[in-house]
Amino acid sequence: MGWLSKTFTSSVGKKLIMALTGLFLISFLIVHLSGNFLLLRNDNGAAFFQYSEFMKTNPVILVMEVVLFLGFIIHAFSGFRLALENKKARPVGYAVNRPSENSSVFSRSMVWTGSIVFIFLVIHLKSFFVDHKVASWMGVTHEETLFQAVVSAFQNPVYTWFYVAAMVLLGFHLNHGFQSAFQTLGLNHKKYTPLIKKLGLIFSIVVPLLFAYVPLYFLLIYKTTGGN
Amino acid sequence: MKITLKVWRQKNAQSEGKFETYPAHDISPDMSFLEMLDVVNERLIEKNEEPFAFDHDCREGICGSCSLYINGRAHGPKKGVTACQLHMRSFDDGETIHVEPWRAKPFPVIKDLIVDRTAFDRIMESGGFVSVKTGSAPDGNAILIPHDDAEMAIDAASCIGCGAWVAACKNASAMLFVSAKVSQFTLLPQGHPERETRVLDMVAQMDKEGFGSCTNTGACEAECPKEISISNIARLNREFIRANVR
Repeated sequence: MGWLSKTFTSSVGKKLIMALTGLFLISFLIVHLSGNFLLLRNDNGAAFFQYSEFMKTNPVILVMEVVLFLGFIIHAFSGFRLALENKKARPVGYAVNRPSENSSVFSRSMVWTGSIVFIFLVIHLKSFFVDHKVASWMGVTHEETLFQAVVSAFQNPVYTWFYVAAMVLLGFHLNHGFQSAFQTLGLNHKKYTPLIKKLGLIFSIVVPLLFAYVPLYFLLIYKTTGGN
Repeated sequence: MKITLKVWRQKNAQSEGKFETYPAHDISPDMSFLEMLDVVNERLIEKNEEPFAFDHDCREGICGSCSLYINGRAHGPKKGVTACQLHMRSFDDGETIHVEPWRAKPFPVIKDLIVDRTAFDRIMESGGFVSVKTGSAPDGNAILIPHDDAEMAIDAASCIGCGAWVAACKNASAMLFVSAKVSQFTLLPQGHPERETRVLDMVAQMDKEGFGSCTNTGACEAECPKEISISNIARLNREFIRANVR
């Protein structure tokens, strides 16, 4: 076994994979969120249309898309594997256990919050990626634009509230994940760790909140202004 | 005080264990937890019943033997103490107290509340030797060490290897122990000749023993009787990365 595979199959190495992919996915959230806000412009989706066309054709984006998919898959796969392995390290559990006395519920439920966010992601990709992007790859032209798909999806209360619930769980996941990634990378110092923890808390509240605002806007505020 | 004790009884590693209930009266609130267990055991002996086995040694909080999971917490409900330094005044009169052994795959139960913790010895052994100068005795202050480094090293070295972090960690991870041991050597110049091999070998042995991976829940830090910080785990990660890219 080469040193590289030995490094990344050790317990510390597996954590490093989680931290590196996690931070990469965090950076993606910011990019994704900035795109979403184009939906809120009062131009019947003109700016968002331009944006989605750019995302469909730009070569750099196309490469990053593959990297992003790999990031998600590696993060989810390693996370599941770690959770299973860690479960095996304690075959007999305690009759009485009070983990709430020593750790946060967010840190103990990463595999659950992550799993639900993953399920959300599959549904999310089906609605806004597969039906549009993949269809256009295959030369199938869609009657409705991505903007119209967004509007009609979010005007369905079940879809929107599921989206909001997933964002709450994403917030829980980030609450632990953000600062935990820095600890795993060995970045722990009394000078900057309190700042990282504060930043992580703010990020885990503000970013999911802003994500959730878009579907809620279309459900509760947006009025279809005639025409298609 | 009057308490009800529910103690894990298990004949050996192969047999199945179960809780036995022992009502205990006339318990002084000034007794340590271990003294209380002694009293209950003596009463069992008087009744010709088999006393339960538990690990204990120094009874002054420095040996790390008293590995008891008390009411769902490693070393009981108080912060920064071992079970021997825990007193019955920390419990309510009439309380039911569950006592369990550490639970982890690398810690098989030997009998009742005693688990086999030799996995730690094997991890320590895997760290290998520390090179020393032989010849005439060196001057006391020949090697200069920054005060803060010396303090951090002694904080890390205060780990008594009790296993509370493995017991409390949801992943049964031994990371706090290994990180404290790696830190105490790495922070001092004397530990530098074997700096890289030590961290790689100790992490490899830790994985081989079957401990879980750290997910940074911080449970270890909260339950450690010596209050060793998880900043040591960050140092372990740094040392691991450094040793790998060097």
